[in-house]
Amino acid sequence: MKEIPALIRVFAYLSLLTVGGGMAAFPEMKTLTVDVHHWLTFPQLVHLYSVGQMAPGPNMMMIVSIGEWVGGVLGAVIVVIAFFGPTSFLALIVGRLWNRLAKWPWRTSIQQGLAPVSIGLLLAGCFTLAKGAVTGLETAAIAVGVLLILLKYKINPALLVLGGAIIGILSFFPK
Amino acid sequence: MSELAVSSPTEQSPATAAGTSATVLQIFLEFLLIGATSFGGGVVAYLRNALVTKRAWLDDKAFVELLSISQSLPGLNSTNMAILVGDRLRGVRGALAAIAGICLPGGLLMFAVGMVYHQHGDHPLKTAALKGVAAAAVGLILATAVQLGQRSLEHSSDLVFVALTIIGVNRLHQSVLTVLVAVGLVAVFWYRPRKAQKESAPR
Repeated sequence: MKEIPALIRVFAYLSLLTVGGGMAAFPEMKTLTVDVHHWLTFPQLVHLYSVGQMAPGPNMMMIVSIGEWVGGVLGAVIVVIAFFGPTSFLALIVGRLWNRLAKWPWRTSIQQGLAPVSIGLLLAGCFTLAKGAVTGLETAAIAVGVLLILLKYKINPALLVLGGAIIGILSFFPK
Repeated sequence: MSELAVSSPTEQSPATAAGTSATVLQIFLEFLLIGATSFGGGVVAYLRNALVTKRAWLDDKAFVELLSISQSLPGLNSTNMAILVGDRLRGVRGALAAIAGICLPGGLLMFAVGMVYHQHGDHPLKTAALKGVAAAAVGLILATAVQLGQRSLEHSSDLVFVALTIIGVNRLHQSVLTVLVAVGLVAVFWYRPRKAQKESAPR
């Protein structure tokens, strides 16, 4: 219970870093939840994030698991409000002012400037995840395999992540 | 709050869903359905299918406009879209109904996953499966980055900003916020509005 204020602070802060998607906040999420607050270990964070990719809906709902571990049902609810509250409020305000912003010349500059930064943040988050996830030849092969299949074929990524689970069991489960 | 939208009818955009009769409950249920069925990311495609094609709550032009707002702001595309669409349809209550609906199914699932994962400790079968899942997730995110890059990176200077961002976070170990502000400011200034090349000049 005493961790609730920290949950609010951490996830409200992470919320504002999700430029271009949730992955942008991943390096910071690792620092704050693993190194600073010790709510979970890095492998656990990597696992939860990856399993979260199979869940339907917004692809950061794995934050609910962290909230639940730290503060039970209350923690889970608090984390969702803290993580989606700030950006939702901003979206509501900007959505209503958008027509006025349409003629503001800097709007295009901001969109053009943030596009490469958000892709950089996505890749930076991906490399942070990879440090915990790609630990040898087998895992590297799975990652590259999924990448190539997705670039070549139109297939539901959730199925490929599920396929990763099967290959993981076949390669790492001691017989 | 809702007077804000009503009091200035002259400023209503074409995106305003005029004549639609979506109730707050209908909005909640539609987003709940999207939240429960949109497996494998790409929620935007599910949203378009439900809101434009099936329900006709928005036309394509309005959908694209709202999507462009979503993408220019921090926050996930899916939840920003829920807020923007809900607000257009039924004001603040519509926005709350939409975001609650889209988050609820995945949230409940991850709540259950978290509990099971926590209680059952390190089972070798689970660990083996999760290793594979995590590696697959890395491939999935790389693919997303490549596809986004092909769509939204137009200039070679963009690659410099991508590289600077990665180096700042992964090599120099700066906080995401520092890198976002530092590289973001430089990149926005790089693309600053220029009088000489207004509307006409590029391409």
